[in-house]
Amino acid sequence: MGLEVMDDIRKDYVYDVLRSGKRVDGRGFREYRAISVERDVMKRAEGSALVKIGDTEVLVGVKLAPGEPFSDAPDKGIIMTNAELVPMASPEFEPGPPNENSVELARVVDRGIRSSEAIDLEKLCIEEGEKVWMIFIDIHVLDNDGNLVDAAALGAIASLLNFRIPNERHGLTGEDTLPMRDTPVAVTTVKIGGNILADPNLYEANAATSRLTVISNADGALSGMQKSGNGELKEEEIVEMVKIGIEKAKEIRETFLSNFL
Amino acid sequence: MKEGEKEIELIKKGKRLDGRGFEELRPIKIEVGVLKRADGSCYFEMGDNKVMAAVYGPREMHPRHFQDAKMAVVKYRYNMAPFSVDDRKRPGPDRRSVEISKVSREAFDPVIIKEYYPKTAIDVYVEILQSDAGTRTAGINAASVALADAGIPMKDMVSSVAVGKIGGEVVLDLSGMEDNYGEADMPVAMVARTNTITLLQMDGNFKKEEFERGLKLAMDACHKIYELQRTALIERYSKSVGEGEGEE
Repeated sequence: MGLEVMDDIRKDYVYDVLRSGKRVDGRGFREYRAISVERDVMKRAEGSALVKIGDTEVLVGVKLAPGEPFSDAPDKGIIMTNAELVPMASPEFEPGPPNENSVELARVVDRGIRSSEAIDLEKLCIEEGEKVWMIFIDIHVLDNDGNLVDAAALGAIASLLNFRIPNERHGLTGEDTLPMRDTPVAVTTVKIGGNILADPNLYEANAATSRLTVISNADGALSGMQKSGNGELKEEEIVEMVKIGIEKAKEIRETFLSNFL
Repeated sequence: MKEGEKEIELIKKGKRLDGRGFEELRPIKIEVGVLKRADGSCYFEMGDNKVMAAVYGPREMHPRHFQDAKMAVVKYRYNMAPFSVDDRKRPGPDRRSVEISKVSREAFDPVIIKEYYPKTAIDVYVEILQSDAGTRTAGINAASVALADAGIPMKDMVSSVAVGKIGGEVVLDLSGMEDNYGEADMPVAMVARTNTITLLQMDGNFKKEEFERGLKLAMDACHKIYELQRTALIERYSKSVGEGEGEE
């Protein structure tokens, strides 16, 4: 109960500050918080990245294991993306099986990786119809101060950019690396009142009525979108959000991913 | 469709495999009030999709700690029957249906006037009986009509359709083949009266201009679907008046 009252007060605060043309943390409407990407932070993982966007902190680990291919794609590797909203990351997160928020987070990140065809799945075939590499992308949220999607998506592609294929451990031979073919980047904007804000912090995320994540590839084409939240969006608002999404993705890619390619 | 896979020609002589034009919907059939026990229901066909929606409530919310003192809680369950797809689907919720249920529920959030029924639950059940791409949009169309049939106060109905890209062309309302071998898929749900979008998802590959054209195409088609939903409801209720077909 007490928390709900605080939520309402915080929402009012976000609106009040917006009315004077500012954001609660003083940023411009399209400005991201400080981003940092640190790679290869976990040595047991075949690829990993720790991404911080402001106080939001997400650790992504990539693991590979040989497994049986799907019958409709006997010569293709398998991508499995999972997200855990562990209780340490927020007083609102509770232990237990994935809820709809963690499922949505994982599936939106997965959508960008898959649709962009960043991973050449055919190169992950070990023996057609019998054995392929399964790539597990595990998103571990450590601290939730809003905009988990962008942090998780950036962590996923950063981890994938230089993962190693553990051939030796599984008694196999072959290439130990697999270059990515694209670098999808997710950019989330929210609508609060009539304003569109990029990279919402937690206060803003809770005050927002609609959120739109736009994932775009290196050539600027869209590879995934997801609207979330209880609100409505006008056509021109969506068009604007997509425009911001493509522009910001380009900046983030150039700053944090281009030196890895 | 990744390069190197067998190419399927989805467009021949300017027509789609099922003979439709690029901006043409599949045939739609709507029946209102098809279930006896539910407070509201709808059977909806969109091409080869066969979908049933039922609404229960407003009714007491269990467990009680999920009650909201200020408004009704809307629950939405999208479920595929095991026989609705080529390879039997394992019964019960999977990650895909959890996500679809979430975004579909949110698609109705702006229209349902929940404040009228504090502490209650409104349950929306959508069963996909036969699928052929666009099941979530067919489910939303069916749920809209079922909610209206149940007498749930709403600002308006929600109408939904997908657009996509096949053979480089932006087209309306993808069929199963087009979805499997096409280049992009974007489901949209809209409130017709206000022209506002309440559901938007996309995967595949859309250039910015293609996306903008697709969105317009979907919005126009939602208006057409909206008229069919309205007509079905009007027909149902103008028929039952004075025919002794009262509710129990």
